Amino acid sequence: MGKKQHYKITVNGKEEEFLAEPRELLIYTLRERLNITGPHIGCDTSHCGACTVTIDGKSVKSCTMFVAQADGKDITTIEGIGGPDNLHPLQTAFKEHHGLQCGYCTPGMITRAKKLLEENPNPTEEEIRFGMAGNICRCTGYQNIVKSIRAAAAEMNAAKEAAE
Amino acid sequence: MKDEVTSREERIENLKGMGCSRKRVEDARFTQGKGNYVDDIKLDGMLFGDFVRSPYAHAKIVNIDTSAALEVPGVLAVLTAKDLEPLGLHWMPTLAGDKQMVLADGKVLFQGQEVAFVVAVDRYAAADGIEAVEVEYEELEVLVDPFKAMQSDVVLRPDTVAEDGSPADGAHGPRKHHNHIFTWEAGDKGPTFETIDNAEVVAEETMYYHRTHPCPLETCGCVASMDKVNGKLTLWGTFQAPHAIRTVVSLISGIEEHNIRVISPDIGGGFGNKVGAYPGYVCSVVASIVTGKPVKWIEDRMDNLMTTAFARDYHMTGRISATKEGKITGLHCHVTADHGGFDACADPTKFPAGFMNICTGSYDIPTAFLEVDGVYTNKAPGGVSYRCSFRVTEAVYFIERMIEVLAIELNMDAAELRRINFIKKEQFPYKAALGWEYDSGDYHTAWDKALKAVDYDGLRAEQAQRVEDFKAGKTRSLMGIGLSFFTEIVGAGPVKNCDILGLGMFDSCEIRIHPTGSAIARLGTISQGQGHATTFAQILASEIGLPADSITIEEGDTDTAPYGLGTYGSRSTPVAGAATAMAGRKIRAKAQMIAAYLLEVHDDDVEFDVDRFVVKGAPEKFKTMKEIAFAAYNQAIPGIEPGLEAVSYYDPPNMTYPFGAYVCVMDIDVDTGVPEIRRFYALDDCGTRINPMIIEGQIHGGLTEALAVALGQEIAYDDMGNVKTGTLMDFFLPTAWEVPNYETDYTVTPSPHHPIGAKGVGESPHVGGVPCFSNAIQDAFRPFGNRHTNMPHDHWRIWKTANELGLHD
Amino acid sequence: MIPAAFEYHRPKDMAGVLSILQEHGDDARVMAGGHSLIPMMKLRMAEVPHLIDLQDVGGMSDIEIGSDSIRIGAMVTQHDIIDNDALAQAAPILREAALQIADPQVRYMGTVGGNVANGDPGNDMPGLMQCLNATFTVVGSDGEREIPAREFYEAAYMTAREDDEVLTAVTIPMPQGGHAYEKQKRKIGDYATAAAAVQIVKDGATCVSASIAMTNLSDTPVYSEAAGSALVGTSVDDAAIKAAMAAMLDDIDPTEDNRGPVAFKKHVAGVILRRAIERAWSRT
Repeated sequence: MGKKQHYKITVNGKEEEFLAEPRELLIYTLRERLNITGPHIGCDTSHCGACTVTIDGKSVKSCTMFVAQADGKDITTIEGIGGPDNLHPLQTAFKEHHGLQCGYCTPGMITRAKKLLEENPNPTEEEIRFGMAGNICRCTGYQNIVKSIRAAAAEMNAAKEAAE
Repeated sequence: MKDEVTSREERIENLKGMGCSRKRVEDARFTQGKGNYVDDIKLDGMLFGDFVRSPYAHAKIVNIDTSAALEVPGVLAVLTAKDLEPLGLHWMPTLAGDKQMVLADGKVLFQGQEVAFVVAVDRYAAADGIEAVEVEYEELEVLVDPFKAMQSDVVLRPDTVAEDGSPADGAHGPRKHHNHIFTWEAGDKGPTFETIDNAEVVAEETMYYHRTHPCPLETCGCVASMDKVNGKLTLWGTFQAPHAIRTVVSLISGIEEHNIRVISPDIGGGFGNKVGAYPGYVCSVVASIVTGKPVKWIEDRMDNLMTTAFARDYHMTGRISATKEGKITGLHCHVTADHGGFDACADPTKFPAGFMNICTGSYDIPTAFLEVDGVYTNKAPGGVSYRCSFRVTEAVYFIERMIEVLAIELNMDAAELRRINFIKKEQFPYKAALGWEYDSGDYHTAWDKALKAVDYDGLRAEQAQRVEDFKAGKTRSLMGIGLSFFTEIVGAGPVKNCDILGLGMFDSCEIRIHPTGSAIARLGTISQGQGHATTFAQILASEIGLPADSITIEEGDTDTAPYGLGTYGSRSTPVAGAATAMAGRKIRAKAQMIAAYLLEVHDDDVEFDVDRFVVKGAPEKFKTMKEIAFAAYNQAIPGIEPGLEAVSYYDPPNMTYPFGAYVCVMDIDVDTGVPEIRRFYALDDCGTRINPMIIEGQIHGGLTEALAVALGQEIAYDDMGNVKTGTLMDFFLPTAWEVPNYETDYTVTPSPHHPIGAKGVGESPHVGGVPCFSNAIQDAFRPFGNRHTNMPHDHWRIWKTANELGLHD
Repeated sequence: MIPAAFEYHRPKDMAGVLSILQEHGDDARVMAGGHSLIPMMKLRMAEVPHLIDLQDVGGMSDIEIGSDSIRIGAMVTQHDIIDNDALAQAAPILREAALQIADPQVRYMGTVGGNVANGDPGNDMPGLMQCLNATFTVVGSDGEREIPAREFYEAAYMTAREDDEVLTAVTIPMPQGGHAYEKQKRKIGDYATAAAAVQIVKDGATCVSASIAMTNLSDTPVYSEAAGSALVGTSVDDAAIKAAMAAMLDDIDPTEDNRGPVAFKKHVAGVILRRAIERAWSRT
């Protein structure tokens, strides 16, 4: 066991301070230390994307970051994207268009999709598939995930237009 | 109660019953990150266990030194086979009548096999502890080829050798050789061989359905918690069959079932991977008993791919005979089945090769013979049925390839050859030559619909032109048209011939209606993404006239759910769905009596109408189900108990037989071996369709897993038994970029024996999809002499096919 | 998938980095985005008792486009490369290649420095940088030196960088002519089955210069001087392309792996190179 260090990270708007070994992977910090179990673990080699979070405006696989690297950073997980009183359009769209089945990839999927729509608010189908290629799903075959993201984008763009 | 004047159509719509695309109730928690999967479970004082695993595929264990590991801070215990032996737990029974080492007992039989179980305060300490365990191995000769294994002097399993040195009997009868597991036969050998030997045309082919793995996104795991105060064991886990696990754990541990509670929480995909019992479950239970604390075990992806139940690995040789005109007269199939180090299949007891005997497929074949030889090798134990009913992917792949090979032999169009051999609609129920009675089907209608939808003749014309262009040097892209017409056999199964470890494969539903008109129903199945909480409420809504939105569906807790055999092999709708309908009808029967009492008429004078009972001939006189529910708790009715509850344990009279017609169009770059899927059309007939949205989702998902298997997903070994594809770097899981859009279509041919006519659909797309993708590739090369090429069709193998056919010259 | 314990350092400047490297020698390694190193550490295939995180060291995150060269700091990510429109104008091959590396999440973290410094034969940037005749700035306790990319790679995971040196920047002479980065892979996120980077300049109807480098077909990237020469002075017709392919095949030495056997890789390498040449030529 290595020596524990002091770290401070912001998760979903809340500041968290704790002692941890530097080798602690951020995914475990979130899931086991902070009880934020939305992001999941699906592989050992940074392929599946089930652990995807947003850190300082970037989509990041939290299984490939040490908590030490994350010190001082601002992290958003699925729990910070929307809840029962304020669902994000992506969350409603995924339900409306059957964009999930077992739900295991869904937190990472929606977290990444939200960032994708910030990068590109009106993506084509091809751009969605390319932009979501870091998130693996075993259940849906992706077709309804793409549909859900397109629907959310349309809704978000319409709301933006209405507001202007 | 106030009754708004709503039309009958509106009343039906409000129920959200069968046939509508009801949105899923599960989605709320999953889209908000509030699912409850096994690894989300945290208990006070919980410990973490993980395995020391063998780097060798076949080796003697000379010594295990745990002393350094026990010095690692945070490590509490290290279990080996020696520790489990006094409890009789160093081996455990498999679901195939074999037994399996829980921890290496004297030797290891496959790379990654569990050697020791390190228990620590957290997974970091456990990982450090694993590094510190010193194991001395003596390598033994490795057998990775089942044919060589059947000739070799090397004894893989000492328990297969009798005292006098001859092979001991196995669970399914005598062994031919010490590395042989069983021989299973179906059909008529004599008449079939005679027919084939005297036939006008015979096509023979050998094909290998490669080893692959279900690889759900969530790996296997459990939390075991022994409550020493109350003597009760609670076991959360990734279990597709929680009740069966409870019974098995009871049998091997000696703890009575009423003191064991098994809970399957949310499961992140199963696909067959989570049916059987794994050493991790047993070791966690033991560790919890020994330490008095809860113990969690969650495997890595590498552990999952390398050591949990693989799928397929069937070497199949087929002979199919026909008249010159193309009418099939006989079929012979021989299978050498590679089971790895232990036969850990999850098959019904009487079917060590599952339902491979559905391999006559959708065709009217008068005589057939099947024999399967199971063999041990130095590979991971198994195999399970990955998104299929037992071995049905293998059977359907076999026949859908044999029909293509026969078409080549006859120089016929493969679609036409299928059509003239389909079982005709009027032949149902159809007794197949290998024993099953298919319940219903209308293959010709489905096939015609499919071929018309894709403009089959137009595709063939385009393909012919492409061949000309290729030969003229105008293009380097070949076009393939993949066909597949599958018949599946799902819904295991009738208790008289389907049992797992002696437990009959019925299933169950228990319903309780609450006074204010909502309900809870519990089932013996367990969803891993199929949406049972949404769809089974729809069945009930239609049966009992309460809105689906007012019905909670619960599964997975063995303390409260009625006994069932779980969810795999597309059995939930055929068996538990039937139980749900039957229990619903019992509710309705009692409701009828209550309604009659309230309306002061005879029982026979009321009839059910959507959500109420009406007096026959006087429709203005009615009682809604909501009113009846309250009355059940409020009225003292002579001869009728209070309350409104029912339970049904359903023993299906037969399996169900969904079918489908798939067409795939591919363009293949001959020089790079890269295929592009231009189009995939899938017509499925699953009988009554409960929720079209969910059916469509299952088709998309099953086809994508089929694409993966056909185009590259394999568990590959080298000659030393090293796994070459043990991570997602090399184990092919397609991303959104590699997957096309699918067109889905359907016909409806209800099952005559199922209470709601439904057949199940979750696995059909995988079963029918794999041969369709494979046939597309093979069809592209047919004009140049390709007869059969094994899967997976990854880039280099497609390239190799082109190369060997001289297409690169 | 739990890495072994280590001591973590996050120095504020290069001097801090170098002093830790000096102190701990072989036991210390720098980390940029971590998406090559951390997976290795999780599999316990890389042991790093002292990990030096470069994220707070300034001066390595800029893309400077000069009049005749481009300087890219080692900590610039693939995402930064793709997002930079001026860079896409000046050196379009960089964006084209970066889009074919890994997946969106990995590209947010993966750095140019990490991609070129490792010596991993599967990485795309080494071959690309050889094609572009880039130089790597490497900093040690003795100061700074420049190493041409074409001289940097010695064997798999072995480069001209000493263990106590840090790669801080990549400098590319302003690319000329048409470009193409062509990569065959099994799926998004995979390393190349074969990849080719081509820059080619046309004068009139004739090729006056061509630069060709191949990826994941040897234990290092392969800059094929001969393949480029085979195109110079030609109209890049079929004969010239075939000659380039043949010359390239003499320079590569692929090994069999899960992507396929040697014969397949060689064939595909030729096909990929052809397509890259044709596309680059069409862009002149």
